Amino acid sequence: MAPVAQVPATDSGEKSRASAGTLSDKRLRELFREMLLIRRFEEKVEERFRAGDLPGFLHVAIGQEAVASGVCEALEPDDVIASTHRAHAHTIAKGTPVNAIMAEMYGKNEGCSQGYGGSMHLYDVARGNMGANAVVGGGLPQIAGAALAFKLRKEPRVAVAFFGDGATNTGAFHESMNLAQLWKLPVLFVLENNGWAESTPATQQLPLAVEEMGQRAAAYGMTAMEVDGQDLEAVVEATRSARDHAVSGLGPVFMNVRTYRFTGHYVGDPQVYRDKSEVRQLRETQDPLELLRARLGMTGEEFERIDADVMAEVDGSVAFAQAGTDPDPQDALKWVYAEGSMEHGSKEPLSTEPRA
Amino acid sequence: MPELTYREAVRDALSQAMRGDDRIFMMGEDIAEMGGSMGVTTGMVAEFGSERIRNTPISEIAIVGAGIGAAIQGMLPVVEIMYEDFLTISMEQLVNQAAKHRTMSGGQIKVPLTVRTQGGAGWSPGAQHAQQLESWFVHVPGLKVVFASTPEDVRGLLWSSIYDPNPVIFFEHRTLYPIKGEVPDEIVPIPLGKARVHLEGTDVTVIATGRLVHESLRAAEEAEQDGISVEVVDPRTLSPLDSETLIASVRKTTRCVTAHEAVVQGGFGAELAAVIQHGAFDYLDAPIERVGAQFAPLAFAPVMENFCVPHAANVLAAIHRTLARA
Repeated sequence: MAPVAQVPATDSGEKSRASAGTLSDKRLRELFREMLLIRRFEEKVEERFRAGDLPGFLHVAIGQEAVASGVCEALEPDDVIASTHRAHAHTIAKGTPVNAIMAEMYGKNEGCSQGYGGSMHLYDVARGNMGANAVVGGGLPQIAGAALAFKLRKEPRVAVAFFGDGATNTGAFHESMNLAQLWKLPVLFVLENNGWAESTPATQQLPLAVEEMGQRAAAYGMTAMEVDGQDLEAVVEATRSARDHAVSGLGPVFMNVRTYRFTGHYVGDPQVYRDKSEVRQLRETQDPLELLRARLGMTGEEFERIDADVMAEVDGSVAFAQAGTDPDPQDALKWVYAEGSMEHGSKEPLSTEPRA
Repeated sequence: MPELTYREAVRDALSQAMRGDDRIFMMGEDIAEMGGSMGVTTGMVAEFGSERIRNTPISEIAIVGAGIGAAIQGMLPVVEIMYEDFLTISMEQLVNQAAKHRTMSGGQIKVPLTVRTQGGAGWSPGAQHAQQLESWFVHVPGLKVVFASTPEDVRGLLWSSIYDPNPVIFFEHRTLYPIKGEVPDEIVPIPLGKARVHLEGTDVTVIATGRLVHESLRAAEEAEQDGISVEVVDPRTLSPLDSETLIASVRKTTRCVTAHEAVVQGGFGAELAAVIQHGAFDYLDAPIERVGAQFAPLAFAPVMENFCVPHAANVLAAIHRTLARA
């Protein structure tokens, strides 16, 4: 088992940027492509939303791509995640095809939630995505429960909760942290610490500095890690260590993943609360794609080739979604209740149904 | 037929289900060594061990939320919320999460979770340990709501709730735990959504839940002495509701009283009245009367508590009001 360091909460984690990774050059390039796919997907849904194509409202994760890709890279296929309102990146990283996600944005039958969920309720249970949650902190206790199921059945699986710094102020967060540590549940609490709760900066909603958030784990006696969320390799390595720790029965791990939201809270957010130069500077110095590209020594030509490939995939997803079928309005009532019985004595491993 | 208390009947359903099914486990405050605040789970930790009879922190969000997560991952959790007043703390998980996952996922998810809880007045607990909040949950699509009033019903309904593929809020009434009743030798699952006619009558139908089923049966006895024939029906499942049985009863008797311990305003009786007036409008000979608690946080002093919550006398008075219009 890889050791997990109890990193002091005051450690900025900057040193991890220089981490020598164990990922092959080939795999890193594949992950670069995935991160670029997330970026281009987010840019595309912004564009289609502003064009009036997409109902509802959207939250994009531009700037946070390495967290989603890095965490999911370190997971096994049977591991499960719960996502947040800012869900597209996690869902792509957990393996859902962009066609199914884009179709969900358009409210089509072909969507990953068949048009019942939308941007904030992306599900893909077969791929271990227990759902994105539009209530801040709402998914955390359920991740503890999923981990409890794994522990009771002695399955070597972990359950991963993504959440933002805003969620750490909810009762659901604290009750889940307490329960998971008390019962040594195999949970990874992945704090995507971007320093904003919607429009409210950390200084107005957290009594701790962003780099001190590991203290919230310390309060429960939980192992905490400081992670540079702009460094893909650092995220992968940290998550692997955390997973090893959790799955071996030592209990949950809290990952304070420092990251940056390059955009507003939602698409269309004028960001009156934020200095424009701050965003510009972040994009210049903290872009996880640029950092990985430099690390790989990627030529302009190679980048252009990958980008063209990614753009074709994203454009294809829009075409796929636009050609999708609208749900029958009356099908809104289709899934309110499950039929049948769980049958005494039956021991089916999962209560999920295969997707059509 | 053996006789069990309501408390023993709950325990029997839980224990028999757990014996044959490793997916079932329980979580709640003080349910292990202490046997729960009402003694329902007494002895169960000795039989099933502390992995399956789990004492929890005082964390109603996590208790319900962890139950949801475990249910999604293939378990059949039964969680206990010590007093239904504390359901308020877990409301977000119940209303936004448990009830909605199936629809939001386009049918990918089932949440076969049972949330057992109890409440009710009659022992001067004051305003935060005696509410009857069942009607709140009837308003939420995706939840099922059960309220059992007898040992036989509580056992058969709990069994069905545990094996229902949906989240079920299962209400027990504190003052009913010691009552005794005959139960079948073997557990007979009672389907959710089926009402029970406790007493057949011809003049007026009393639709009652929980403790008020027993109060209504007492009122019916007294009414009979005045030559009034009362039919007493317990819906048992509030959502989904067996409207058919209730409407058929009122079409026969032409009068209706609803009776529950919860406050009248916005109570389940309002839903019943709407269902009955629509389904039996041409048959009604009197306005539907609603019996329930006074619209006030429950006061502590026994004399005030007794004044606030309904009893057989209140049901009887309502019966007479419906007949006075004949």
